[in-house]
Amino acid sequence: MPLADTMTNRTNIAWSPDGTLEVLTFDIGGEIFAVEAVLVQEILDPLPETRVPGADPLVHAVINFRGRVIPLADLRVAFGMDTALTGEDARIIVLQIEIAGDPTLIGIITEKVNEVTTFLASAAEPPPLLGLRWPRDLLRAVVRRGDDIILLPDLATLFAQVTAPSGEPATLV
Amino acid sequence: MSGDNPAATFRLEALDVMDEVERALLDLGRRLGDAQLIDAVFRGLHTVKGSGAMFGFDDLADFTHHCESAFDKVRKGLVPATGELVSVILAACDHMRGLIAAEADVAAGQVFLDGLSAALAGAQGVTPVAAPSAGAHWRIRYFLPSGCLANGINPLALLAELRELGDCQITALTDAIPPLAELEPTDCHIGWEVELSGAITREDIEDVFLFVLDDMEITIEQIASESTPANDHLPTAETGAIAEADRATKNTARVSETVRVPADRLDDLMNRVGELVIAQSRLSQLAEDSQNIALRSVSEEIERLAGDLRATMMVLRMVPVSQLFGRFRRLVYDLARETGKQIDLVTDGEGTEVDKSVAERLFDPIVHIIRNSCDHGLEDAAARRAAGKPEAGTVRLFAHQAGGQVVITITDDGKGIDVAKVRAKAEANGLIEPGANVSDHDIVQLIFHPGLSTAAAITNLSGRGVGMDVVKRTIEDLRGTIEVVSRPGEGAVITLNIPLTLAIIEGLLVRVGQGRYVLPLSAVEECLELSEEEDRRSQGRSLISLRDRLVPFLRLREIFACDSPPDPFQKMVVVASGDARVGLVVDQIIGSHQTVIKSMSPFHRRAAAFAGATILGDGSVALILDIGHLLASAQPREERLRAVG
Repeated sequence: MPLADTMTNRTNIAWSPDGTLEVLTFDIGGEIFAVEAVLVQEILDPLPETRVPGADPLVHAVINFRGRVIPLADLRVAFGMDTALTGEDARIIVLQIEIAGDPTLIGIITEKVNEVTTFLASAAEPPPLLGLRWPRDLLRAVVRRGDDIILLPDLATLFAQVTAPSGEPATLV
Repeated sequence: MSGDNPAATFRLEALDVMDEVERALLDLGRRLGDAQLIDAVFRGLHTVKGSGAMFGFDDLADFTHHCESAFDKVRKGLVPATGELVSVILAACDHMRGLIAAEADVAAGQVFLDGLSAALAGAQGVTPVAAPSAGAHWRIRYFLPSGCLANGINPLALLAELRELGDCQITALTDAIPPLAELEPTDCHIGWEVELSGAITREDIEDVFLFVLDDMEITIEQIASESTPANDHLPTAETGAIAEADRATKNTARVSETVRVPADRLDDLMNRVGELVIAQSRLSQLAEDSQNIALRSVSEEIERLAGDLRATMMVLRMVPVSQLFGRFRRLVYDLARETGKQIDLVTDGEGTEVDKSVAERLFDPIVHIIRNSCDHGLEDAAARRAAGKPEAGTVRLFAHQAGGQVVITITDDGKGIDVAKVRAKAEANGLIEPGANVSDHDIVQLIFHPGLSTAAAITNLSGRGVGMDVVKRTIEDLRGTIEVVSRPGEGAVITLNIPLTLAIIEGLLVRVGQGRYVLPLSAVEECLELSEEEDRRSQGRSLISLRDRLVPFLRLREIFACDSPPDPFQKMVVVASGDARVGLVVDQIIGSHQTVIKSMSPFHRRAAAFAGATILGDGSVALILDIGHLLASAQPREERLRAVG
């Protein structure tokens, strides 16, 4: 948790001074998730995937994003969701995040992309201690919006385990 | 060249000049008294001093000034060049490099200056070569090149320098000044006629014009000479001056044709060309599928152009290995002094070209190999005499191109590698079974194994923590191979096989299950079909007999966990690196493929079987197999030893 809370890096974008955060929301595994909107480079129709044998299941494949080979992550693996589900609405969100100081592109699989919206810090809470099916440190915040609950995943922590050189969690700078 | 940071530009250029100075000094060390080399050193130092002061590198200018004046004495024949002087100035060059990079401690320069004065004092006492003839009269007429003002040449400074030589009468020649309407205000139209008298030689006068001599008009004539000896050396001075001017012209010609481009711009261009090649192969696939003749012909045209463009691009990044080899001369010079051995470095094939990034990454491994050769390989003079060899040991660096590879061999004529010692050490470390039947050749390769250094005593030279295993790893990172052959008593030969470029390789495209993979074609030895019977028979083991050799093989379907049913006729691709080989069983061999290498993201760092990825003609991604990793994972224990070396 302290990792996520003190994060000021370019992957986990801080709330703005007026207590808002622009995000893009999407659906996976029956839940609504959000990613920081400034990270989003592009939203793509599904592309042919190339499986990388021996890779971490979270980033099981690579895709050709306009002449660049970028990894494709399936957050459903991290949150223990069914990964078989694809539908007409499936899209890939391409994000630019920072790994050890280097800007890196990564695609994430979604079942449906919803909208760009603004979170209010007043509606956000740290992940509750009880009642979650998932490891708490994978989430930055849980945000109430009307009747919905939107999950803001902690991408830095999520990807740190995969990108660490020797299997240890990466130190994020 | 970007003009936004003059200091950075100065640094780059000054370092180039320092390289030239160092080269000339090293040559001078062998041919003391070669006037052209002495001039070259002086010119270089003078340039560094002058432009250093101009760009605010005052410490550098100040320090260089002392070295320059010392060399001026040599050039004027007041002091002969000595080995001691050359080596002091070489050391001083290192300090200047430090000052250029703004890293060196300015105060440390005093040590070099003290050494310099000592060397000068030591060299003194030998009679100067040419004494200036007393009381000569000279008439000099000259016109500066019209663009000289733009190039920063100050005519007044030239006149002042002439004035310093002796009694001097200066007349301006104004006949070349055009009418006002045609006058180009930034050009220099004035010529000068100068009459000089005093103890002056022709060289003194030419020195004044040293830096402008190449494209100016100048006549220097002696009038009413009072002493005859000057006439004797006139002709030689003349030819000397012509040779000088010739060389200067050649130099400027070379400089004007070279453009310094930041490496990342070249990389950008390289990426674009890579993407163009990918897009082009998609186009040609579309064209092939269509019946449209016009489309096909355009596609073929573009294919040809893209191919040419790629070839040109590759050449742009190529640098001759002479740049690399040049840096080793100093190393060997220093090593010879440190070890007290006489060592000659002979280089050949310097014109061979290799990708710049490859050349840079080759430097450290070759340094280490040369250190090893000089330190452990070459014997001292007494031992060499006893062995009936010339006292001076020779290290030979040779480069040539063979197909898509550059082969660099480093040969020494020392005592070779002590096979018994390596074997004993390997047995002690448990690398091989005691008394195991391993050939001498294979034993020698073990010097590349981590934790095996045959030096009984670790010296300053080769015991710097980098072992031959690091050398081997660096070479393998470049997708190259390294091999050593030792002839006891005659020396050792280390051969490096390095691919010309890291960006594009010729690949063999294969299919395993649904996935397509690329194998570097340079590693492929042969392709064969695994008959059904053989396939069944080999299910239980992972070795196949191939022309009386047992070759281990890997079923890529199993390694990659493919769930689709295998093709009825499995193929095998035998890949090799050095002496290690492995068969890779695949479903289909698709064909050769121009592979633009894209590196894997940090997310796939742990998928070690892959060296990178590439984009195929249909836009899908194929992974490039890492041969080194596959070889290592396929070798049983002893075999693995051989592969890892």
